[in-house]
Amino acid sequence: MSILLKPKHQRLVLVVIALVAILAAGTLAAWGLHNQASYFYVPSELLAAHPSPGQAGRLGGMVEKGSLRTAPDGVTIDFVVSDGKASVPVRFSGIVPDLFVEGSGVVAEGHLGADGVFRADSLLAKHDENYVPRELKDMTEAQKRAAVKDTTQ
Amino acid sequence: MIAEIGLAALWLAAALALLQLVGAIFGQRPGGETLALLVRPAALVQALLCLLSFVMLLWVFARTDLSVLLVAENSSSQKPMIFKIAGAWGNHEGSMLLWVTIMALAGGLIASIERRLPDKTMLATLGAQAFLGLGFYTFILFASNPFERIFPAPMDGNGLNPLLQDIGLAMHPPTLYCGYVGLSIAFSFVVGALLTRNVTPEFARVMRPWVLGAWIFLTIGITAGSYWAYYELGWGGWWFWDPTENASLMPWLAATALLHSVSVLASRDALRTWTVMLGLIAFSMSMIGTFLVRSGILTSVHAFAVDPQRGTFILALLAINIGGALALFAARAGTIAEGERFAPLSREGALVINNVALTAVLGIVLLGTLYPLLTEAFGVRVSVGPPYFNPVSAAFVFPMLLVLVVGPLLRWRRDRFERIKAPVIAAVAAGVVVLLALWLIAGMALLPLLGVTLAVMVAVAAFLPLRGRSLKRLPLPVWGMALAHFGIAMALFGMSVDTAFTVEKLTAADVGETIAVGPWRIRLEAVEPVAGPNWTALAGRLSASYKGGAGHRLVPQSRTFWAPPQTTSESALLTRWNGQLYTVIGNATEDGRWQLRLWWKPFVPCIWLGGLLIALGGVLSLIGRVTRDLRRRYAVRKVTARRAEAAA
Repeated sequence: MSILLKPKHQRLVLVVIALVAILAAGTLAAWGLHNQASYFYVPSELLAAHPSPGQAGRLGGMVEKGSLRTAPDGVTIDFVVSDGKASVPVRFSGIVPDLFVEGSGVVAEGHLGADGVFRADSLLAKHDENYVPRELKDMTEAQKRAAVKDTTQ
Repeated sequence: MIAEIGLAALWLAAALALLQLVGAIFGQRPGGETLALLVRPAALVQALLCLLSFVMLLWVFARTDLSVLLVAENSSSQKPMIFKIAGAWGNHEGSMLLWVTIMALAGGLIASIERRLPDKTMLATLGAQAFLGLGFYTFILFASNPFERIFPAPMDGNGLNPLLQDIGLAMHPPTLYCGYVGLSIAFSFVVGALLTRNVTPEFARVMRPWVLGAWIFLTIGITAGSYWAYYELGWGGWWFWDPTENASLMPWLAATALLHSVSVLASRDALRTWTVMLGLIAFSMSMIGTFLVRSGILTSVHAFAVDPQRGTFILALLAINIGGALALFAARAGTIAEGERFAPLSREGALVINNVALTAVLGIVLLGTLYPLLTEAFGVRVSVGPPYFNPVSAAFVFPMLLVLVVGPLLRWRRDRFERIKAPVIAAVAAGVVVLLALWLIAGMALLPLLGVTLAVMVAVAAFLPLRGRSLKRLPLPVWGMALAHFGIAMALFGMSVDTAFTVEKLTAADVGETIAVGPWRIRLEAVEPVAGPNWTALAGRLSASYKGGAGHRLVPQSRTFWAPPQTTSESALLTRWNGQLYTVIGNATEDGRWQLRLWWKPFVPCIWLGGLLIALGGVLSLIGRVTRDLRRRYAVRKVTARRAEAAA
């Protein structure tokens, strides 16, 4: 007679809907995180892991001294990031942060190209006392000392 | 002296919160009536003392009293007054004091004006509010004292992060905090109702304006924050899925869901348990968001450097508050009576979908925000960004918006599809036309394409519930709903169009050179030095003409601050009805050219206009509810007076 359910059944239906939504959201989130999270590498890890070209990632390390070149267009730079064990060439187009200099720490966000050059979409440099990219904070003590020394000179 | 008065007032406020809690606990028992009488005045005095403490903090910042550690670390004498004052909450300790001050003021406000609920429930509510407050007082007094002295006082302070030296800082955090902390009222009402087994439509009606108020503040805060990040960071983006942005989005999602479910409970006495659950979740999200971010556990542009001891304290506080509330919910959920029944095709049914979808998105954002923390425990460092958040949350938001087209047209309890067929077909037809047209002509990516389509459908549907009703007699909350839904459509339109059609140009230009960006021709006329109160800058003088029209002047700057030493880029924006031109100047190249980054962003202002419309809808609705309530209160008083007269 009525399309209205008994109170108890109605509550059951609502609980089931909520559970299904939670499961769907959870599954989708798990799938998304598995595929879309961008991993952090230092150069030696990047070369070991060798992510598929196009997979988003973050590369952290020191900008090798003497490696910085500006392309003729004036906005594209090439440099080499190293962690003492290995080094990876990086290309970036844009306005670089003011604390980005050779010999200092940097985190590049982007992806590894098929040619082995890391294409950075953005660069994070050591900023000030209050804001340091987390990955720079977690570098080994020696690396950190070197970075701090270089950026406070 | 001023700092000491502030600290003393804070200790006294904490003592009064304790008194308020004790009064609320023992006032419930027989013989405790005298104690119960103390509770409301205690809440009010606590609020005033806390406000006094906060004013003292503003004062030491205004005077740049460098013998106070916080001032020495975060301010400097050579800074405009507005930023000296705003700097009071641009740091961890000050923002905590702001948080607890707003909390105490909100508690004092309900204590003085809210008289509709039964005494017992009200007592328990104020007790819960005092309990929450005590936790934060303890945290400030023992782990983040803003009034600590430093000896000897330094010659000058460290200054404020230049990114924060903006009018945005004066407005943005207080607005957001009003929203975060306003939700604590809903939390306390729910705890009070659970403790005294009084989850009723009346309780929902009492809670509704508070939820609405907090939600309005959150909406404005998020909108303003997004615009601030957009022009201040100079990256041309308006949402970065940064942990701090997520921290404000999560309570907003929960509050939006709560706002809809509390309406169902107030008007139809259904969804009782669910509303109660959301009330607890909303403020829990405020706390999780704020403290996970502020504790420095998650790092973002906004995080203040905080020591691990504070982090532990904060985690313990979160565990007690949230764990306690969930335990109470688990214990009492069974005693909440089942609400009224409704058919699947009804206003309630649509609102259930809205609630479920919003909660799912909340879960998705929460997981994405916490995931880096989780993997780090296993030694893997990841970051989660737009490639995760955009598609995964759209999977729930887009179906929800489809329901939004239909929902407001439905009647409560049960409805027939035939009754609403005509308007629904009209809205869907508009959507299909737009979808086909854009797909054939513009060749957009999937998400923006669906976004524009849904925006058109929701925009059409937003005003359909007004059809056939007398516009003059229409209650304000209905206007508010229509406007807020239209705001959603507008914001979505702005986001989708900007994503699909932004034109970006990055180049190094000689002085005198002209650059083409979309319909614009932009000429770099000169680069000149400029000086401000605590910075110097290089300013690029640009002349921009739209489709060959007259030249407009834009002056983006690259600023160098000296306390603390840092360079920021000040973007220059030009707004037209159909979009915004966004210009940034970078560094000089070795051969004397200047780096310029230029964007033409069609319809991007719709995002923030939409956000403001959503908030305005909330304001209309709030005015409507409050005036109706006052009118009813007046009528009741009149009737009682007349009855008393008749009896005499």
